[in-house]
Amino acid sequence: MSVATLTAPVSLRRPTLGRGHLLLLAAATFLVTLGLFAVTPLNGVADFIVVFGVAYVSVQTAASYAIEGGRVARNRLALTLLVGAVVLAVLPLLAVLVYTIGRGGKAISGSFLSQTMRGVGPLDNSGGAYHSIIGTVEQVGLASAISIPIGLLAAIYVVEYGRGRFAFWVRFFVDVMTGLPSIVAGLFVYAFLVIGLHQGFSGFAAGMALSVLMLPVVVRASEEMLKLVPNELREASYGLGIPRWRTIVSVVLPAASSGLTTGVMLAIARVTGETAPLLLTAFGFDSLRSNPFHGPQSALPLYVFQQAGSAFDVAVNRAWAGALTLIAIVLLLTVAARLLTRRNRLAT
Amino acid sequence: MSRDVRLGDRIFRRVTEAAGLVVLVTIAAIAVFLVAKAVPAFRVSGWGFFSEKQWFPDATPTKFGVAALAFGTVLAAVLALVIVIPVAVGAALAVTELAPKRLGTWLGHLIDLLAAVPSVVFGLWGIFFLIPRMKGLEMWLARYLDFIPLFSNPSHTFGKSVFAAAVVLAIMTLPIVAAIAREVFRQVPQGNREAALALGATRWEMIRMAVLPPSKGGVVGGIMLGLGRALGETIAVALVLGATYGITFHVLQPGGNTIAANIALKFGEAGATGRSALIASGLVLFAITLAVNMAARTIVYRSTRVSREAAV
Repeated sequence: MSVATLTAPVSLRRPTLGRGHLLLLAAATFLVTLGLFAVTPLNGVADFIVVFGVAYVSVQTAASYAIEGGRVARNRLALTLLVGAVVLAVLPLLAVLVYTIGRGGKAISGSFLSQTMRGVGPLDNSGGAYHSIIGTVEQVGLASAISIPIGLLAAIYVVEYGRGRFAFWVRFFVDVMTGLPSIVAGLFVYAFLVIGLHQGFSGFAAGMALSVLMLPVVVRASEEMLKLVPNELREASYGLGIPRWRTIVSVVLPAASSGLTTGVMLAIARVTGETAPLLLTAFGFDSLRSNPFHGPQSALPLYVFQQAGSAFDVAVNRAWAGALTLIAIVLLLTVAARLLTRRNRLAT
Repeated sequence: MSRDVRLGDRIFRRVTEAAGLVVLVTIAAIAVFLVAKAVPAFRVSGWGFFSEKQWFPDATPTKFGVAALAFGTVLAAVLALVIVIPVAVGAALAVTELAPKRLGTWLGHLIDLLAAVPSVVFGLWGIFFLIPRMKGLEMWLARYLDFIPLFSNPSHTFGKSVFAAAVVLAIMTLPIVAAIAREVFRQVPQGNREAALALGATRWEMIRMAVLPPSKGGVVGGIMLGLGRALGETIAVALVLGATYGITFHVLQPGGNTIAANIALKFGEAGATGRSALIASGLVLFAITLAVNMAARTIVYRSTRVSREAAV
């Protein structure tokens, strides 16, 4: 009896589903789904993909459960769903880019980039965003001029000097401020500058609002880069008898410079696309106004928002052209900044 | 000479300290100025500001409050989170646990890039691309899941609904939730994973036993940061929402509004009381998002020493 059990054919290999089996399953499911769409009122490409996806996942799980057992089946199901999640996560970016390029590419032209909206009637198929582009450049420039020096100094404080309670709160509120709703920044500048100090709407007010949003981003990014500078560099400098502030200015900052540039570029990209605060500060304007310190001004995101709200197709086309211009500027800045990071010797 | 050196250091230190102080002063100034400019509206409305649903601050008699707006804000944001959590956490797991290192890095960057798309572009895309294509799904939900109050649609029309806004918000919060989750999963020591696999765990069992438990706090913090973003998002929501003032759970029905979107839509036409009322509603939004963000940061700090890089 015992001999019998010893010689019984015991397989150490568990039955598994190979790649060929899975392909076969997929093909069968595909055909069944096709039949389902031919017979029942289901239709549409998107619906087909969804029904096929759900059907395939169920069939695969059932087959795996029967052949490979519960643990492996659960593993297969979970991994398939995770891959599905990645696909779902990447899809919106592609959809936004492709659709914006498609609609905007048709609407954009040389005159769009060189004309303003001055004297353009609601049904006119002319007009452009030149005044808005100038407005955006000035407002973002002002915001950068305010935020970059303050942000950099605050980051230096946090990294080089920051010990104790005060530094903790600075760090904490910088993080909290990155989540400040942009409309609140606009309301703040409206309450403080536009009506509080009776300055009225202006490009400068918009720059102030953007700088409130930009400041924490600059601090966070710079902080991260300054932390990457090895302590040996600082110590070598101290060893030569160089005071701390000179060490920071002449050793630490140059060592981190490419990373700092990346951080600043990302911050600029982020505020360039902001719309909500501009509604309450720059307000919008149809003609070119190159002086940002007096009177309402347009800006590219604001222009897109205002044209998008129109019921007329010509305005909607202008909105798409503006959206394409905006997304091109912002994505170019972002991608350029990221590529710069790869050349950064300090970044790991 | 040594006195000069110390003087230079002292000055430099003070200057950087002052820059740090600017951050704290800014937050405080936001609170102070919003309160100051909201007072006239509160005087007019009294406590009714928190219970009134309509928004007619410049009419006589005035009638306005944040009840419907606050409800819409929270409903849209929570719905967005329900949609985004499985996708963002799943994508982060796939990127860190399944994909080969290079591919994972690239996919991560691609998802991060979503954060760079301006919200006005999302809004425009939402109106012209997403909403028409969501109609099929919405009609299906309304027909077959009608017994769930959330999906019943007595109006039988579809379009600029809270559901559409929630989908757009989900896409917009995806990069931050995914980035924090990814960062948190990376913090799990490689040894824990190898130990689980060595004991014969499947990949999924390894994820469930070795990766998820220590990451729970960090992921929850990331989700709350996403909630903060969703609550405060303005322009995209202003474009894809129908802008009505009512409290209803029928999310497929056109209509709905949020505090932030209402400010963007009503600011241009508002009179003096109207603008003060909008500032008052902004103060409510500021208070809510401040609380959510502070709680989220505290959770993220406590649970892991997550690199704060991801949090920008």
